[in-house]
Amino acid sequence: MKNAFSEIFGGVKSLLTGMRITIGQFFKPTVTVHYPHQTLPIPPRFRGHIELVRDEAGKSLCYVCKLCEKACPSDCITVEGIKPEGAKRKTVTQYRLDFTKCSLCGSCVEACRDGAIQYSREYNLASLNKDEFVMDLFKRLEAQRLEDEKAGRIPPMAEAPKPEPAQAEPAKPAEPAKAAATQPAPAAAPTQPANVEVK
Amino acid sequence: MTETLTRFFTQEPIRLGAFLLGIMAFVGLNAAYLVWVERKGAGRFQRRPGPTEAGPAGLLQPIADALKLLSKQLLVPAGVDRTLFRLAPVLMMSPALISLAVIPWGESLAARNINLGLLMIFAFGSINVMAIMLGGWASRNKYAVISAARVVSQNIAYEIPMLLVVITVIMVSGTMNLNEIVAKQAGAFWNWNLLNLKANPLMPVTFLIFYICMLAETNRAPFDMAEAESELVAGAFTEYSSMGFGVFFMAEYANILLGCALATVLFLGGWLSPIGILPGVVWFLLKMYFLVFSVVWIRWTFPRTQFYGLLNLSWKILIPISLFTLILTSAMMKLFKVV
Repeated sequence: MKNAFSEIFGGVKSLLTGMRITIGQFFKPTVTVHYPHQTLPIPPRFRGHIELVRDEAGKSLCYVCKLCEKACPSDCITVEGIKPEGAKRKTVTQYRLDFTKCSLCGSCVEACRDGAIQYSREYNLASLNKDEFVMDLFKRLEAQRLEDEKAGRIPPMAEAPKPEPAQAEPAKPAEPAKAAATQPAPAAAPTQPANVEVK
Repeated sequence: MTETLTRFFTQEPIRLGAFLLGIMAFVGLNAAYLVWVERKGAGRFQRRPGPTEAGPAGLLQPIADALKLLSKQLLVPAGVDRTLFRLAPVLMMSPALISLAVIPWGESLAARNINLGLLMIFAFGSINVMAIMLGGWASRNKYAVISAARVVSQNIAYEIPMLLVVITVIMVSGTMNLNEIVAKQAGAFWNWNLLNLKANPLMPVTFLIFYICMLAETNRAPFDMAEAESELVAGAFTEYSSMGFGVFFMAEYANILLGCALATVLFLGGWLSPIGILPGVVWFLLKMYFLVFSVVWIRWTFPRTQFYGLLNLSWKILIPISLFTLILTSAMMKLFKVV
């Protein structure tokens, strides 16, 4: 009898404690992030898909050494470039990343001697179309550059891959020939996929 | 002009029609917006905002939900008992609507002021158990049948203490007319049945028992055995789609509304105001919605009980206590002639 009553009172007390706690939570502010309207800051070492690093003028640092292409264990990077007339180094014209195969291992970023690629902070990568994940990072970079130019963040450039005339003099004579031999018409590359990044 | 209008509206058929329309609109609106309250409440109890996208503060969410349900196909699976399957949601909704006709919303605001109002509510109240059972049985689905069996044993178990408690109230008030039950509680708020300690020192316990039984009768958490989604998919409603499900859903809220309105009338002094300001209807609605809120509060606080726990609670705790309060009340009445 005594046990039964203490059980009932104990039970009622614990129920009331529970209700007191929940009503306390009811009046506290919400703690969730309202996702499409708010986002959390992305941690600085976030690994998105790779992207080309831009210099102050908005150009790529890449000079098509293809170390990243060789370092990639899944074979998802294809880099093409040309050596412009009189330039010291080659410039990238196509940087194809097949993100469907990429495992974000980061070997390409480690392999790059010039720090020309880095992880992007892009995480909204949903699509109904698989082709959208085969992206051209050079096109993406150009689009970003044009956007920055329009917004006035960087000075406008006359033409995209044209080198400055000052750099034309010390060019080595052997390189253009080599470039012409190794680069079988970059324009004829497979269809340029749409870029996921462009919004 | 106003006199003609008054005379027009006090004609009996017109008055009844207006009341029925009003009750149906009230129940529909409440069923829709209690879903919103429930979801907002659930959100706040879990420290999240709840629905926010459809309309300001998600206020259009119930309308969006209703449109979505209406645009879906009303699927009747092969092998079900068609008639019963389609009839069950209606049978669940209509008793709640009918019962609200005798609820006195204000001093002279009841569709029907009949002497056996309380009896009528309980007579119709049992029908919704049958509706869930029919829905479950007609579905030809193992989950639905298990749910139907559970609902019946649960509701029988909880009908008993509820009626015993109601008998206590009837003994104290001496009438089954809901208007008179409220009128008997007039005066300061300690005359309400909830605090009517001189009639029965256990009156608050009686209210608690009524409230627990109301939760169990309306199949609300923590007694939602009929719709135990973690065990029984959606219980008796598993095979229902579109507005078939929608009506069940609305009926659940209509029943909560009825239960809370009844608790307000029986224990919280109905339209009576504790401090003497504002019209009676406002107080009635305030009390009723406070109870409705506490139903939501309880749902998002306690986990679902196990089935034997649920039956134990009724047969081993609630029924003995309610029987004891019944005997205590009659003893008090005989010995002290308090009522």
